[in-house]
Amino acid sequence: MTPEQKLQPTPAQTIGPFYGYALPFDRDSQLLAPGLPGTIRLHGTVRDGDGEPIPDALLEIWQADAAGNVPQEPGSLVRDGYTFTGWGRAAVDGAGNYTFTTVNPGATEEGAAPFISLLIFGRGLTNKLHTRIYLPENEDALARDRLLASLPPERRSTLIAEREADGGLRFDISLQGANETVFLSFPGA
Amino acid sequence: MEEGLFQDSHVIEGPDSAQASQDEISSEIREIHSSYRKGIEDGLPQETQPRRDFAPYRSSILRHPTKDLHHADPETIELWSPAFGHQDVHALESDLTIQHNGEPLGERIIVKGRVLDGAGRPVRNQLVEIWQANSAGRYIHKRDQHPAPIDPNFTGVGRCLTSDDGSYEFTTIKPGPYPWKNHYNAWRPAHIHFSLFGTDFTQRLVTQMYFPGDPLFSLDPIYQTITDARARDALVATYDHSVTAHEWATGYTWDIVLSGSNRTWMEDEDAE
Repeated sequence: MTPEQKLQPTPAQTIGPFYGYALPFDRDSQLLAPGLPGTIRLHGTVRDGDGEPIPDALLEIWQADAAGNVPQEPGSLVRDGYTFTGWGRAAVDGAGNYTFTTVNPGATEEGAAPFISLLIFGRGLTNKLHTRIYLPENEDALARDRLLASLPPERRSTLIAEREADGGLRFDISLQGANETVFLSFPGA
Repeated sequence: MEEGLFQDSHVIEGPDSAQASQDEISSEIREIHSSYRKGIEDGLPQETQPRRDFAPYRSSILRHPTKDLHHADPETIELWSPAFGHQDVHALESDLTIQHNGEPLGERIIVKGRVLDGAGRPVRNQLVEIWQANSAGRYIHKRDQHPAPIDPNFTGVGRCLTSDDGSYEFTTIKPGPYPWKNHYNAWRPAHIHFSLFGTDFTQRLVTQMYFPGDPLFSLDPIYQTITDARARDALVATYDHSVTAHEWATGYTWDIVLSGSNRTWMEDEDAE
């Protein structure tokens, strides 16, 4: 059951530009050491309503492992390079680009479309933005997915990553505009 | 003094570096807030979160989604949070005054409180991260060029894990207000940034804690992105003399409520 919301949630505020030494940490964007078998590059660009890359967004991903298990291993902040904790954080560079080293998430349930949960913070964003990065393969599973099915085709495509020749994933984010990424709200949140 | 003086202060150049006066910004804020209050009188729901589209905060203009957020039922990974353990966070990281060889300058403060979910249950063993300017209003950050002194004994970064009753505690220095480029003569009220995780990833929260009685509240377009007065007040800590330490530090309490947990409750949690 969903418990009653008895208390008013504390309002969010923008992350601002100066999280400098606070949030980034060593190997924050490497969920595994690059080059380990099965690792892929997940990358893209964050753009504003003018289509300009923004230099001060912070992204977090949270995902199942390759077998579809939800990790519950500590060790995200002090990484050993080998323990897959499923969580990563990346500040975009001066040209709005982010890069994670991770693995393809497995389906958490039989026949489900695997996705990576993505959170976006930034100067100018007064509150976080949630979205999902779906893997492009298995069109049957994508077609069955409840969230994707509820979207018009042109918006649906903003949630599906592009597979690159080297096995990596490209996923661009538009905060506004014609290609505005679909951002999510959750009940009670 | 005029335009040039703070040319380099907190500079983020861009189309959104507005040159509006405080009067113009304040009048835009008043208009949005009064329209919100009228909506409440007409039966519209209370807003508990900041407006994403809030033009007086100029950086939001090109960065807020223009389409409604899409309602989704959280699934699998969204119903869990990453795990953090004591190998991730050292106990001493909650004291921001001992990270260098000397004492930082400014008013030493203790900030403590509890992290709860919407049902009032403690959020246990989750990561809390804070960051802030020093007592002169300057961050250790290469983009922060505000001509206030850097304190060699203060980085302004802390972490802790919440305890079993959801409590957190930091020892730090009261941050100073600082100018920023939103509009002419724009100053941020003193604040500490907080980053929090709940038991579900959907509960993730980044916010700012403010200090009671700050004269800059009504002028600040970031604080005022929250149109509802009661919701705004929830970001202001309480001076608490029982937290104040004899000849050592003044004390503040601030509790944080995350959104309702969506995960099915475990038996042993229900027994709480």
